[in-house]
Amino acid sequence: MHTKDNCATCPAHNKANLVKLGINLENVDFVITMAGNPNTGKSTVFNNLTGLRQHTGNWPGKTVSRAEGGFIFNDKRYKVVDLPGTYSLLSTSTDEEVARDFILFGQPDVTVIVVDATRLERNLNLVLQILELTDRAVMCVNLMDEAKRNNLEIDIRTLSKELGIPVIPASARRKEGMNELLQAIEEVATGKYLCRPPKIKSRSKKLKHAIETLSVKIKESYPRLQNVKWVAMRLLEGDNSIIEAVRSGEIGNLHEKQLKRE
Amino acid sequence: MNQDRMQNNTIKSKGEEIIALANTVRWDLGIDFHDSIIESIYEDASLIAKKTVQQTGEKEAYSFDLKIDKIVTSKWLGFPLMFLMLTVVFWLTVAGANYPSGLLASLLIDTMHPILKGFAASVNMPWWLDGVLIDGAYLSMAWVIAVMLPPMAIFFPIFTLLEDLGYLPRVAFNMDSLFRKAGAHGKQALTMSMGFGCNAAGVVAARVIDSPRERLIAIITNNFSLCNGRWPTQILIASIFMGSLVPAGMAGIVSAGAVVAIALLGIFFSLVVSWVLSKSVLKGEASSFSLELPPYRPPRVLQTLYTSLIDRTIIVLWRAVVFAVPAGVFIWLVANIHMGDLSIAEHFIQWSNPFAIIFGLNGVILLAYIIAIPANEIVIPTILMLTVLSAKLTGVGAGSGVMFELDSLSDTANVLHAGGWTLLTAVNLMLFSLLHNPCSTTIMTIYKETKSAKWTLVSTFLPIVLGFIVTFFTTQIWLLFH
Repeated sequence: MHTKDNCATCPAHNKANLVKLGINLENVDFVITMAGNPNTGKSTVFNNLTGLRQHTGNWPGKTVSRAEGGFIFNDKRYKVVDLPGTYSLLSTSTDEEVARDFILFGQPDVTVIVVDATRLERNLNLVLQILELTDRAVMCVNLMDEAKRNNLEIDIRTLSKELGIPVIPASARRKEGMNELLQAIEEVATGKYLCRPPKIKSRSKKLKHAIETLSVKIKESYPRLQNVKWVAMRLLEGDNSIIEAVRSGEIGNLHEKQLKRE
Repeated sequence: MNQDRMQNNTIKSKGEEIIALANTVRWDLGIDFHDSIIESIYEDASLIAKKTVQQTGEKEAYSFDLKIDKIVTSKWLGFPLMFLMLTVVFWLTVAGANYPSGLLASLLIDTMHPILKGFAASVNMPWWLDGVLIDGAYLSMAWVIAVMLPPMAIFFPIFTLLEDLGYLPRVAFNMDSLFRKAGAHGKQALTMSMGFGCNAAGVVAARVIDSPRERLIAIITNNFSLCNGRWPTQILIASIFMGSLVPAGMAGIVSAGAVVAIALLGIFFSLVVSWVLSKSVLKGEASSFSLELPPYRPPRVLQTLYTSLIDRTIIVLWRAVVFAVPAGVFIWLVANIHMGDLSIAEHFIQWSNPFAIIFGLNGVILLAYIIAIPANEIVIPTILMLTVLSAKLTGVGAGSGVMFELDSLSDTANVLHAGGWTLLTAVNLMLFSLLHNPCSTTIMTIYKETKSAKWTLVSTFLPIVLGFIVTFFTTQIWLLFH
């Protein structure tokens, strides 16, 4: 994302390298997933990348089940999975479970989190929850045109520093920012950009201690699992689907998938 | 094998150990720690937001949004505004579709049809092949295009613009409490709105409802949303029979009003049936959900025009054509295969007439609805053709069993009047078009979604039974006054 010669970062260069694949999804190099609150224009970004015309509507739950599409960028094939819009990953509605399970068990190479620039604070709740699940993420601050209309100024660089992931401003409806987004997705997918999201800091001592204790135990059994603290927290909260995954040992498959990728 | 099992057992016991530890550690945390986790996330989010978001100057647009919301979702103005908006949309559709419809008809039917006939004659095509292909398949397709394309090309873009603008979610918001009172889910307002486009799509959309009980209610009642296969029928009959009740200047408004009334009646039936189901066979508590009102966003007019033309208009039209072609062949056959003196169609019409009259309909209408099970779009052309056939009209249309379209409303009206239609027939047809079985695609979709033959049958026959009950009562009341 940083040092590139002018030619490679020029939008015209990238545009020539995007091939929209629609639903043709054979032999993909990377799987990326799109998450975000409802009404953030997630489906519009999805359509821009894949060339599909998934019907978009601006109300919750419009993306009924997950939609899939694909594209080629710089000779790499990407599969995109569009998840239903959710406000959080902590409660138990179907939409939220679909989204969470895919990020956790589907182990996408990159999770693109689309947020609404005009409601950044509220959207960040979901972003932080996703960043506990996965390091490999790109945030797309969509609806920048709306933010401008509302006289909102957003400090993209600081956001990126705070979150430890690439942050791309965009107005997907006008197809602005899409090339930059593709670039960022590529850099995270290929490991050129190493994401370092901060894990949540402000937490009670008691909780920290409980998570530590449990994490040690989980690490013992699954030494290569990356989301240990998150799994610990979900166990403490009594999350049934995670308890089931631990009981059946499915949680162990997570680190096998990680191994395969590395 | 044994080793596998042992490994399996170690995994299992590892898991159990971890879970046991989690259960012990949890005791120290107290019951409110889930809230504290959420709080700490909120804290972090707000810290980051404070560092990175700055409000420069007024947030005009946003407070303007709130002002609009106060009006369009207000207790007193919300519903009247909704009805007004619907009426305007239909009026634009009715008034705007006439001229392009006429043009298409004269091109496809007055010009193209004779050319095709001439060509068939010049190559000595057998009369039955010429009938099946040109008078059946081609004309049926031409009708569907001439009658359906213009209203859809007007209706869908306007509807999509309203959706894009953010108005449709407000409609859902207004309807939300009504659906909850009916024991259904608030999201049913959304699946219902989608049914106004296509019932099959509405039935699939019911997946967003988590509770199986409420999902089933939403699926069964989706047919009460007039789908776009039925809008043209409603609009045409309303224009002929309701519009002619008043002076010409008012005709557009009155016929649009009649269509809105039928659409509202559909919503009413949706609520009543939901209520009855939730109080009887599908008993249970209504579950809650939160509906966020999206901000108003200026719609991108050109893109909306393009996508609604391609995504909705063309695809829906294509589907209608695909169904209309075999139906056209079928109609031509039932009208031209004779048993004794009469064609199959006439036999059926005569046989079912006494029954149909109790409901203020006629045998032609019943037969048309049977033929039109694959697609509601072809009801009107079928009715016209069968009317000419059974009333033995001459000089109208292109011959026995030939589906046709008439350029002007008054010509169409003449045919229907000659077929014995009255205002009552028109009203009952509009009612029956609202209350009858879903089209075959929707029935199939219902089966796929519910995986239950029983609920598929209920969804299919409940509307027909309701339709006969309602038309029976309107007929009896009408007879009291005439």
